[in-house]
Amino acid sequence: MIADNKNPEINNLVVKLLKKTGKKGYYWGFFLLLIVIAGTYALVIQITKGHIVTGMRDNVAWGLYIANFIFFMGLSYASAIISGLLRLFRVSWRRPVIRITDLMTIISAIIGPLYILLCIGRIDRLHHLIVYARIQSPIIWDVFAISTFLIGGIIILYLGLIEDFALLRDNHFIKAGKLRKRLYKLLALRYNKSPEQTKILYNNLDLISALLIPVAIILSTILSWVFGLTLRPGWNSTIFGPYFVFASIYSGIAAIIVALWIFRKAYHLEKYITKVHFIKLGILLLVLSILYGYFTFNEYFSIWYSSEKWDTKLLAKLFDFSQYGWLFIFSNYVGILLPIIVVAVPWLRRINNIAVVSVIVIISLWIKRYIIVVPTLETTLFPIQDTREAWINYSPTWVEWSITIGGVAMICLLFMLVSRLIPIMPLKEALDKEKIGNKNIVPELWDFNK
Amino acid sequence: MAKKRKKSKSSRRKFIRTGITLGALTVTGSGIVSSLAKEEEQDSEKIKLLNQDGKLVEVASSKIKLYHKPAVSKKARKGISGRKFVMVIDLSKCGNARKCIDSCQKGHNLATDQEWIRVHLMKDNQQSDPYWFPKPCYHCDNPPCVKVCPVGATFKRSDNCVLIDVNRCIGCKFCISACPYSVRIFNWKDRYSYREKDTDYSPETSVPGQVGTVGKCDFCPDKSRNGELPYCISSCPMGALYFGDINEDTITNGDETLRFKKTIEERAGYRYLEELGTEPNVYYLPPVDRMYPFERGLKDLTEEQKARYNNVISKLQSDNETGQ
Repeated sequence: MIADNKNPEINNLVVKLLKKTGKKGYYWGFFLLLIVIAGTYALVIQITKGHIVTGMRDNVAWGLYIANFIFFMGLSYASAIISGLLRLFRVSWRRPVIRITDLMTIISAIIGPLYILLCIGRIDRLHHLIVYARIQSPIIWDVFAISTFLIGGIIILYLGLIEDFALLRDNHFIKAGKLRKRLYKLLALRYNKSPEQTKILYNNLDLISALLIPVAIILSTILSWVFGLTLRPGWNSTIFGPYFVFASIYSGIAAIIVALWIFRKAYHLEKYITKVHFIKLGILLLVLSILYGYFTFNEYFSIWYSSEKWDTKLLAKLFDFSQYGWLFIFSNYVGILLPIIVVAVPWLRRINNIAVVSVIVIISLWIKRYIIVVPTLETTLFPIQDTREAWINYSPTWVEWSITIGGVAMICLLFMLVSRLIPIMPLKEALDKEKIGNKNIVPELWDFNK
Repeated sequence: MAKKRKKSKSSRRKFIRTGITLGALTVTGSGIVSSLAKEEEQDSEKIKLLNQDGKLVEVASSKIKLYHKPAVSKKARKGISGRKFVMVIDLSKCGNARKCIDSCQKGHNLATDQEWIRVHLMKDNQQSDPYWFPKPCYHCDNPPCVKVCPVGATFKRSDNCVLIDVNRCIGCKFCISACPYSVRIFNWKDRYSYREKDTDYSPETSVPGQVGTVGKCDFCPDKSRNGELPYCISSCPMGALYFGDINEDTITNGDETLRFKKTIEERAGYRYLEELGTEPNVYYLPPVDRMYPFERGLKDLTEEQKARYNNVISKLQSDNETGQ
């Protein structure tokens, strides 16, 4: 018998986290499912009728899907980087955040690649990517990198969960079905909390976290290279790699804040997820918004000042209020300056404000991806002529919107389903601090007192 | 003897066409030619051919089969040996008759909205006069589209052609985004013409197409194999388009045959957006001494076609108004 069984705190948390789904939960689940079904219906239409049902045409051959792909992959890479850094630096407030971050890594890395598959005209020939793989193509780099990353992400999530599975297996106060208990037992891998096992577990967690950080940075860079390596105005830029890395982390922090806020409300976790967490993450958001804003300024200022022919054509589109002007202002001004103001001014620095600002950051960064992809494709080096009028400018069709929203709903639904099965907050780590005072059970990576 | 000479004079075009085939024959057909040369006395109709050693030989025409099947699968990736195809476009001659577009579409079984060769209306700067600018695929020596293809469905051949194997293409559209010249087009929907079963597909003919894959100008290597010129070249009423071979240093529009290097040198031939480093194989002769004003190119257009050139035309009108 393990001491945790006598710990009312743990029981309390477990009951809170894994209680039966209420009526509200079912309604939400049903609602999300409907959206996913609508998206699936649109997908079936696209597959049967061909890409003609989308708004993409010969000039703008990539549209919403690629923007979604970059956005969700960005969230995923960012989560891996953030969770890795939180773990490796033993950040004291990481505990309620880290599981959500790890889940975000996996779930967006599952949904993201679906969008690039939607962009492919012949899904039936997907195996060609392996059979005829040409290592010179950035798409092949993406294929290998994403699969590597996904495996790493799953390992990290699972390693972090083993302690919790063991706790759930051993705790007799938790009311759970036989099947569920058996599942926890299976997943706990006979972990018995012996010092040797704990050491192996934490060493591996550190190792995989450390490995996943560079992998995620490389991946966001590869993501940017799909654009940066081409000869198109607005894309062919040397700062695109780091620019995408910081944009990813920026959006990732915002998404984590929003997820924290939702779970805090849904599970009444006010005791564990406190204002401190929101403020600390908010400060990270502020730092990243400055970094990201710095890159954004560099990117646009340099092409505006040198004013090469096509760059000027592109900027004219971006600055034109009848085209992309409002989107440009929203993503490059509101989405960067607002978090700085809200986090920097003490009396604005509140939980709800930070959550709302994070939602705005997420939207603005999605729009940013859109105005990276589409206006450049509309700015060809040739004057666009001799093609049908309707084929020149891009506007997404309902099919594309419906699949996009379906994907977002799918992410929420996956989060919901997973949170029914596994605790959304690390049970073990969350309570370590309370258990043995201020001394952490997790060994420090570097002991400076030696 | 006199009769024969007359005949050879009148069929100069035929001779030129045969000349283009020669390169193809030098390797694949030279064996046939030399063996045929022995039998030549028996037949009455003779054709003069260059043999491998550069000597003119007379061969019985009935013994020569000019039809060569387009290459398929691995062979189609290699290219016709000894050839370096090149296109030269004389901008002073183009009047937007759009015959190149029509014949290309007919030849490749394309719908009217699938244009593998386009005619742009260019106006380089405020001072310059607009001119018509046909744009096929440039078949670059350093093709950005080939670089980014994840499955090697598009490839560069030794004879300069950049072709697509639609049986391999997965339709990721990366090549469309990567091509700085916006040459490539996507087969967005299924068409009746894609279901032709009686024609065997070859990357050289690009027929039949497939839904969800990419298509573009292919330089018609299947026509070259048979000693014919690409569809666009032979259909141009002004003879503005020339096709030929860098190795042979010859280009022809079907009526006249020119030296490639000399033409480029003397008439200031250039390649469009060469500074991108793509090394295109389509050369332009600048629109000097134009044969007619550009407005004539607008004459026979439908309203819808005219609307496409609005960006240049409306600018011209506003410039005129401010000038007055």
